[in-house]
Amino acid sequence: MSDVAHAHGHDEHGHHAHPTGLMRWLTTTNHKDIGTLYLIFALVMLFAAGSMALLIRAELFKPGLQLLHPDFFNQLTTMHGLIMIFGVIMPAFSGFANWQVPLMLGAPDMAFPRMNNWAFWLLPVAGILLMGSFLLPGGAVAGGWTMYPPLYIQGGISYDLTILAVHIMGLSSIMGSINIITTILNMRAPGMTLMKMPLFCWTWLITAYLLIATMPVLAGAVTMLLTDRNFGTHFFNAAGGGDPVMFQHIFWFFAHPEVYILILPAFGIVSQVIPTFARKPLFGYASMVYATASIAILSFIVWAHHMFTVGMPAAAQLFFMFSTMLIAVPTGVKVFNWVATMWRGSMTFETPMLFAIAFVCLFTIGGFSGLVLAIAPVDIQLHDTYYVVAHFHYVLVSGALFSIFAGIYYWLPKWTGHMYDETLGKWHFWLSVIGMNIVFFPMHFLGLAGMPRRIPDYALQFTEFNQIATVGAFIFGFSQLIFLAVVLKTVKGGAKATSKVWEGAEGLEWTVPSPAPYHTFETAPVVK
Amino acid sequence: MKIMWQRTGAALAAWGACQTAYAEYAYNLQEPASPIASQVFHLHNMIMLVCLGIFVVVFGAMFYSLIKHRKSVGHQAAHFHENTTVEVIWTVIPFVILMGMAYPAAKVVIAMKDTSNPDMTIKITGYQWKWGYDYLNEGVSFYSTLATPRTQIENAATKGEHYLLEVDEPMVVPVGKRVRLLITANDVLHAWWVPALGAKQDAIPGFIRDSWFEADKIGTYRGQCVELCGKDHGFMPIVVNVVSEADYKAWVEKKKGAAASAAADNGKTFDQAELVARGEKVYAANCAACHQANGMGLPGTFPAISGSKVATGPIDAHIEVVLNGRPGTAMAAFGKQLSDADIAAVVTYQRNAWANKMGDAAQPAQVAALRGGAEAAAPAAQ
Repeated sequence: MSDVAHAHGHDEHGHHAHPTGLMRWLTTTNHKDIGTLYLIFALVMLFAAGSMALLIRAELFKPGLQLLHPDFFNQLTTMHGLIMIFGVIMPAFSGFANWQVPLMLGAPDMAFPRMNNWAFWLLPVAGILLMGSFLLPGGAVAGGWTMYPPLYIQGGISYDLTILAVHIMGLSSIMGSINIITTILNMRAPGMTLMKMPLFCWTWLITAYLLIATMPVLAGAVTMLLTDRNFGTHFFNAAGGGDPVMFQHIFWFFAHPEVYILILPAFGIVSQVIPTFARKPLFGYASMVYATASIAILSFIVWAHHMFTVGMPAAAQLFFMFSTMLIAVPTGVKVFNWVATMWRGSMTFETPMLFAIAFVCLFTIGGFSGLVLAIAPVDIQLHDTYYVVAHFHYVLVSGALFSIFAGIYYWLPKWTGHMYDETLGKWHFWLSVIGMNIVFFPMHFLGLAGMPRRIPDYALQFTEFNQIATVGAFIFGFSQLIFLAVVLKTVKGGAKATSKVWEGAEGLEWTVPSPAPYHTFETAPVVK
Repeated sequence: MKIMWQRTGAALAAWGACQTAYAEYAYNLQEPASPIASQVFHLHNMIMLVCLGIFVVVFGAMFYSLIKHRKSVGHQAAHFHENTTVEVIWTVIPFVILMGMAYPAAKVVIAMKDTSNPDMTIKITGYQWKWGYDYLNEGVSFYSTLATPRTQIENAATKGEHYLLEVDEPMVVPVGKRVRLLITANDVLHAWWVPALGAKQDAIPGFIRDSWFEADKIGTYRGQCVELCGKDHGFMPIVVNVVSEADYKAWVEKKKGAAASAAADNGKTFDQAELVARGEKVYAANCAACHQANGMGLPGTFPAISGSKVATGPIDAHIEVVLNGRPGTAMAAFGKQLSDADIAAVVTYQRNAWANKMGDAAQPAQVAALRGGAEAAAPAAQ
């Protein structure tokens, strides 16, 4: 492999002498190439896991079992969750970080370019392990993305492969995080103090710390599952002195911060987009930074709100209820700041801004349902129902995913040198935002009325809302093909983008030409 | 504008959810039938209204801004970017609102957790995929499985009114009595939930957790398992019949009579045809979910019984698998769930159905012998 790379040009420092074709991508240490790879991976996985969601919704269109065997249905819900989280949202944010952090800080590249390459190329390996497990005897993992034992102990070979995949993805995240932290702390242009950094860099800095703190915890939890499954340990088996609930504590100690790993970079993207199109600086920059940090810190002391129904003492329920409610304060500050940024601005509504505005509204609906779920007695009624499904999809689809769309439309002209097709972009936006609400809003009612999540068939009174949701899902799902078309069209050609791209854009990335040259800021810019 | 219409629609729907709370339950929690469910219902309505108020204020401001402060109407951008007073105010006000929510919520938490002074206690055990009920005061025990016929699930028959929410043996409790629930599981996690009674508790194998309810109206209340427990997670409903004190007493007597006649079967010897006929029913209720009605299992997940080494090998080994299960797999130990007569019947059925033509039969006494001394009499009361 390396021979080919050598043949095509050994001089890694040369501007034009790098390998071409497949080897360019396999051996690349360039932050822009690696950013692109992350984003392509996320896009492919988005369509894979999205297709699974459509199969799920198709089965749920009517009561009765139509298309899927219950066990395969469980495989789909499990893999949809695992892939959307670890294969779509997280890699997409890593893609943004790779492209944007050096450009925003005035750094020539990431701090550890070779580790950067390695961090990315681990992901397809994990992706193949996950997707390939559908072909194994017994099919893919069907125990839910939360992997709760003892159910998880019962499964076949694919359960071990999934543990391996989780380890690999965790490794990738940790390496990516080390890279981002080092880059941000050491490679900022002269004059770029921490409190002058674009907010996107701040949110990623904090996210990277969360990843380093929690990924080893997840690794520990799944390793215990692995030894329980294969080597006769009883960490989670009461018959051997273990406790299945201990897994949930360890898992959620990882997974609650993970929730913020999935949303803090989204806050960062939206905080870049809104000021640009409001033509007004971000309101309350400092309080945004402090709010992000407080959300991150609080995220470590709220995990058991995912477990109110395991039967905790009243004191524990009260502690986790109060600490969870507290998160509403910094989250509220963020929403108020975004609204204040728009207030008395001079707004235009290009596609990135539309997605950012939809993000603020719909993420807030997810925040409100989160507040409802924080109230322990109400949560006990709604736990493991469709209300929870509605809640986290408002946060992850209209939150994380919409911010990713906003970011793609916002920076794609900088990356490709071409403007995207605004008409198609607007079609994509409106179909997505309408489709998304048709899918997920009725799920609140389903949950309130008592429909459990993760069931392949349901009682008759849930029929209408499920049918509405399925129709919405197909509108939402198929409108993502427009997104694919827009991206491909922009990569191929289109109106030439200026270096500033947007009238109200501020920041170092807009000082380099569009498309951004392969190497930027070889001489550090000076920030006054 | 369109987005505004969108949001207004959502807000209206949520507002409607609160306003029509009592009239139309499809938009809110089910009609409460216990004091706790009722407290939760009102707590939820209160929080929804507060959220709605905040939503209207914040997004009212935002949409005003979206309409007025746009470039196309010639609005010039201001340049302010911080204001400490405003920022302190919008940190403190939400905090105060949250305290206002926390107090009533804490009261409900404490009421929910108070399982003291019950009038009666029922132990509930989750199995893949059915519920077991043990009435600790009355000594009544039974299993409760899905009653919806397979044909309805597979769309071969019209679905009944209580499709997927009906069981063969409902849990029966007297009205107005404080019922304490001791909840556990036999294999994997399950969760017992009846929305109208406001009781939900995870069932955790190896641990017993408690919950309680007091039904304030006679009626039938339905719920489902709400913790993913494998393939048939969606097919293990819960039905609670709340009846008058007198009806409850009559029901207890009836259950005790049925248990006595079942126990008598364990002392009998049956001929093979009787065992096969009985075994087919036991198989359909306990085994078919995994091993399938045709005995072929699901390749890679659940092994076939038709043609298997166990079902065509020594009969004692076959009985032992059914009695003790296969630890570390989904094969449960049925020793505690089924009587000697039922195990003898199902083993005989399995050995003589499909491709298996063993021609032999197991008798209840044989099963009792294999159980070993300590357990011999335990499940007789089933």
